[in-house]
Amino acid sequence: MLIEEKTSLSEEIEHLVDLYGKDRSALLRILQNIQRNHRYISDYAQQEVARHLNIHPVEVYSVISFYAYLNSEPKGKYIIRLCKTISCDMKDKTSIQKAIERELGIKFGATTKDKKFTIEFANCIGMCDQAPAMSINERVYTNLTPEKAIQIINELK
Amino acid sequence: MKNERKGEIIFSEYERGSALKKLKKLTRQDILFELKNSGLKGRGGAGFPISTKWMLAGAAISDEKYIICNADEGEPGTFKDRVLLVEYPELVFEGMVIGGFTIGAKNGIVYLRGEYEYLLKSLEDYLETMRKENMLGKNILGIKNFDFDIKIFLGSSAYVCGEETALIESLEGHRGEARNRPPYPVNTGFNGKPTVVNNVETLCCVPHIIIKGSEWFKKFGTKKSTGTKLFSVSGDCEKPGVYELEFGITIKELLNIVKAENTKAVQVGGASGKCYPKSEFDRKLAFEDAPTGGSIIIFNENRDMLKVLENFMEFFVEESCGQCTPCRIGNVKLLEGVKSIENGTYTFGQINKLKELGKTMQVASKCGLGQASPNPFLSILENFKDEIFAYKVGRENGKQ
Repeated sequence: MLIEEKTSLSEEIEHLVDLYGKDRSALLRILQNIQRNHRYISDYAQQEVARHLNIHPVEVYSVISFYAYLNSEPKGKYIIRLCKTISCDMKDKTSIQKAIERELGIKFGATTKDKKFTIEFANCIGMCDQAPAMSINERVYTNLTPEKAIQIINELK
Repeated sequence: MKNERKGEIIFSEYERGSALKKLKKLTRQDILFELKNSGLKGRGGAGFPISTKWMLAGAAISDEKYIICNADEGEPGTFKDRVLLVEYPELVFEGMVIGGFTIGAKNGIVYLRGEYEYLLKSLEDYLETMRKENMLGKNILGIKNFDFDIKIFLGSSAYVCGEETALIESLEGHRGEARNRPPYPVNTGFNGKPTVVNNVETLCCVPHIIIKGSEWFKKFGTKKSTGTKLFSVSGDCEKPGVYELEFGITIKELLNIVKAENTKAVQVGGASGKCYPKSEFDRKLAFEDAPTGGSIIIFNENRDMLKVLENFMEFFVEESCGQCTPCRIGNVKLLEGVKSIENGTYTFGQINKLKELGKTMQVASKCGLGQASPNPFLSILENFKDEIFAYKVGRENGKQ
């Protein structure tokens, strides 16, 4: 990591700590913000957060590793999460999975080389009545067909 | 969209703020009495009476208390809370304010699941409007010394955080691992203070009960399960969606309403619920018969129940928090069992042992997740054994 990047990340974390406080209960909020801005929480960011909250970095890592939406490894700019739980599965989520894999040329769980897209499965995202569904970052898309899913992704390219 | 919904209680007409305006004339005891008389039970699935929770938390002596709205609905097939938060935020928040008034809390927290982040903005805006109208803030609607405010806390996707003590752990900035009980959250909850955790739907019933009374509420449902329930219906039917229906409705009646045809099985209560075959479609959806947090997943004749079971078990393997052994290892073993049936390498001795293991998990797991996760395994293998074990023969003969 470049020194400039480190400084700006430190400043960002400092700002977040000012906003949410130094209490342990602020930890998730701080991590969620770093995740939103950078799509992952780097080792350096983890250490900085730990230093501000006066806890061991391993505590921070243990929280990150627990929650599905927090990552310690770099992810793409757009994280596409296709719901794989029963209702979406029954409405043929596999055809959407295959279409996305073909279109982006990667398998589920991977990130494209240009770091633009990460595709992964999600457990039930609460859209069972409009299955199949996927989310891209915070937005949710429902009643998908393979064609519709690809169209949505292409608009982001 | 709101006008299209029909229901006797939650979806019935309600004038925004009317329950809060009535608070001035009520005492805490009045509210507790009404709730107790109404028989309102927790809508998340466990069915614990709300009046008991509120009474215990109200009786606890502490300068700080919390009321938490559990909007971490992660159960596969459940989406009623999403509908309530989008279309009926007034009921959710006013329910919380009434809770604050009753137990003497100044702070309310909504634990919103990470998947629903897109609702955050509109909910925050709604809270801001309530603050402007003095429905939140200091001396609410002229009630002296009644201060209450609500914050929204976003989760980061973990099914287990729907369990109330895991949810509290998560709020405190820890991994969402369930706590030992006792002590119960009503004594030692968030930050060690008395805390009430209620489901979104439970809170939505409260303003209606305050306005229309417990006798009116009791007219609906059965004797042991009063009121109505929101059912999130998905799977093989023509009209999936959220329905408000009285407790005590049979599975068959529900299937007619949502226009499901050729139904083979119904999963009641999501992945952690039980799977009912056709012969049991006369069972009643109520706490005393077929209990549910609202998730109804419908399977038609063409569905392969073993695949369904595999999907459920994969879900539990991923979502088990890993804290206690029965759940962490048990779910993996059950999934392996399902896979061994699938590729025909199982023995009945093994399967029987796994059933025993399932029963052990039900008693030995620390929280509801591991206690309930063997339910689909046990009920699907029992109710669909003819199909499942014939399936293997079918595969060996090259039919599949």
